[in-house]
Amino acid sequence: MKKILAIVLMAVMALGLVACGKGKDDGLIKVGIINNDPNESGYRTANDKSMKDQFTKENGYDASFSYSLKNDEQIAAAQKFIQDEVDYLLLSAAGTSGWDTVLKDAQKAGIKVILFDRTIDADASLYEASIVSDMAKEGETAVAWLKGQNLKEYNIIHLQGVMGSAAQVGRSGALDATAKSDGWNIVKQQTAEWSAEKAQQIVQSVIDAKTPFNVIYAENDDMAKGAVAALDAAGISHGVGKDVVIMGFDCNKWALQELLNKNWNYDGQCNPFQASYIHDIIQKLEKGESPAQKTIILDEKGFDAATITADDVEKYGI
Amino acid sequence: MTKIFKRQIFIPIAAMLALLLFNLIIDPSFFHISLTTNNAGDPVLSGNLISILNNGSELAILALGMTLVTAASGGQDISVGATIAIAGSVVLKIVCGANEVSVGIVLVAFLVACLVSMAFGAFNGALVSIFKIQPMVATLILFTAGRSIAAWINNNAQINISDPKFTYIAEFFPGLPIPTPFLITILCFIIMALFMKFTNIGLYSQAVGINENSSKLNGINPVFIKFLTFVILGLCVAVCGLIKVSRSRGITYSSIAENIEMDAILAVALGGNALGGGKFNMTASVIGAYVIQILTTTLYKYNISSAALSAYKAIVVIVLVVISAPTVRRKAKAVTDKIKANFARKEVA
Repeated sequence: MKKILAIVLMAVMALGLVACGKGKDDGLIKVGIINNDPNESGYRTANDKSMKDQFTKENGYDASFSYSLKNDEQIAAAQKFIQDEVDYLLLSAAGTSGWDTVLKDAQKAGIKVILFDRTIDADASLYEASIVSDMAKEGETAVAWLKGQNLKEYNIIHLQGVMGSAAQVGRSGALDATAKSDGWNIVKQQTAEWSAEKAQQIVQSVIDAKTPFNVIYAENDDMAKGAVAALDAAGISHGVGKDVVIMGFDCNKWALQELLNKNWNYDGQCNPFQASYIHDIIQKLEKGESPAQKTIILDEKGFDAATITADDVEKYGI
Repeated sequence: MTKIFKRQIFIPIAAMLALLLFNLIIDPSFFHISLTTNNAGDPVLSGNLISILNNGSELAILALGMTLVTAASGGQDISVGATIAIAGSVVLKIVCGANEVSVGIVLVAFLVACLVSMAFGAFNGALVSIFKIQPMVATLILFTAGRSIAAWINNNAQINISDPKFTYIAEFFPGLPIPTPFLITILCFIIMALFMKFTNIGLYSQAVGINENSSKLNGINPVFIKFLTFVILGLCVAVCGLIKVSRSRGITYSSIAENIEMDAILAVALGGNALGGGKFNMTASVIGAYVIQILTTTLYKYNISSAALSAYKAIVVIVLVVISAPTVRRKAKAVTDKIKANFARKEVA
């Protein structure tokens, strides 16, 4: 009995060795990708899709994916990837803290870590590069555009995202600063928690109170859509050359289409297409070079309804 | 006079009047209603009260089903938000699959959504009635998985539907100045009232909720009654799903009807219904739902700083729930009785 067991075990080990050898021989770069749940938003869906399109067998990658909106689950997934001996760990962290130990383990195992989309509170020596959006800059671009419109007066309804999220803090900060310095009047500042429905109720309450306003600054496209629904119901015109200026963020395809139809005025991009940047960094690291900068800020645009083209909608819409 | 105070429906009505009185004192223009035209050129009513009736619809419809489930099973369905996402996703799948939005296709989409929602309701109902799992635990399954199922139905696509024929459902039909969701709510309420009148389901659910064994001895099948209440709630969920996707002109799987299950349970509680099952008053639950909406609209109106919004809501809710708690009411009654007795004694003297 013992003998049989020993033989079986030996066979298993031998098989294991063969399997290991195979992994190294096919020349694929093994990457473990930890991301947030793709259902979270259109942005995340586009982000996940860009990853899946980039890290394919044809492009020389053997990719495994793990999704969670919870930090501890993500850390567990990272530990699993370290055990699986991936070459690269790509990480979009749900929370900023608690990553030190697992990243040190990765470093010991010779695994290179690249952060995308979100930064973490950990020593910069623990990762090779981080590719992020500058939300404050997105807000500044949008506010600068609004300033450039030279409206006679600025009465703004400000619809905020979930309080404390990076996107909310960055996009609100820019508007608050300029409103203060230029004396813009913010008639309503409230969180609609990224939701179209709540945005609609908030704008409706401003309309019901008969407070005049001429700008809606919504921190994402969904909220801008909700606001527009409230305006439509109340018979208030919006868009290019109309009573109310509509501003959104994220560049969903349908939102850019609204711009093209001149129903909205402005949409700020939050670039989800990070996979190609990561690909470039990995290629550099494979050649033994190190990336030029540790933190890479994504290139992000702002679209104006007056200048947007149908090509832009196709190219930048998510 | 004391009879009115004892009635269950007194609690939500008092809460509603208190909130309305607060608004009347602070700003009487809260009650202003005007007839305007919308961007499509149709006449519509507008004003805070109209907004409340409009936006409170989904919650009121859910409260109908939730009250029955609470009465029969002595527990609550916490998966309604997630199943609303599923129902909405099904509606959009069919409507967007068609080349053109028409009344027929919306109707078909709604009927399919009803079937799907009732199936999910039946799933919850089966777990609760046949397998005797606590309702909150049983519905935790769909609470967790529902939104992923909703996303999977449409392959996680971002949907934006702006065809006016579809948005009529959550806005206004041309020529009809009353918000459509409110009309749908009234219709649901009437159907539910007729259904209860002609089927005894109300009496049976109460009997099952009060004592399952004795209802069984009286010839009622508690398993079937519990199962049925969950299926009926499924139907309410389908209606809500249709209104919700029309209202937001699309769907965001993770945030559509977020936390609505908690508001629905709160509506039932504000209605003075025992959350442990048994006797219930559906009208009181519906008024409870509108109380929550009045509260939301009021908070939006008074520019409550966004971070503090939920805290304010919590305070008001605590006050309302404490006032309506049976022990507090009993104590209050004792105090008033004492005062009355004192007065009587003085008069005698």
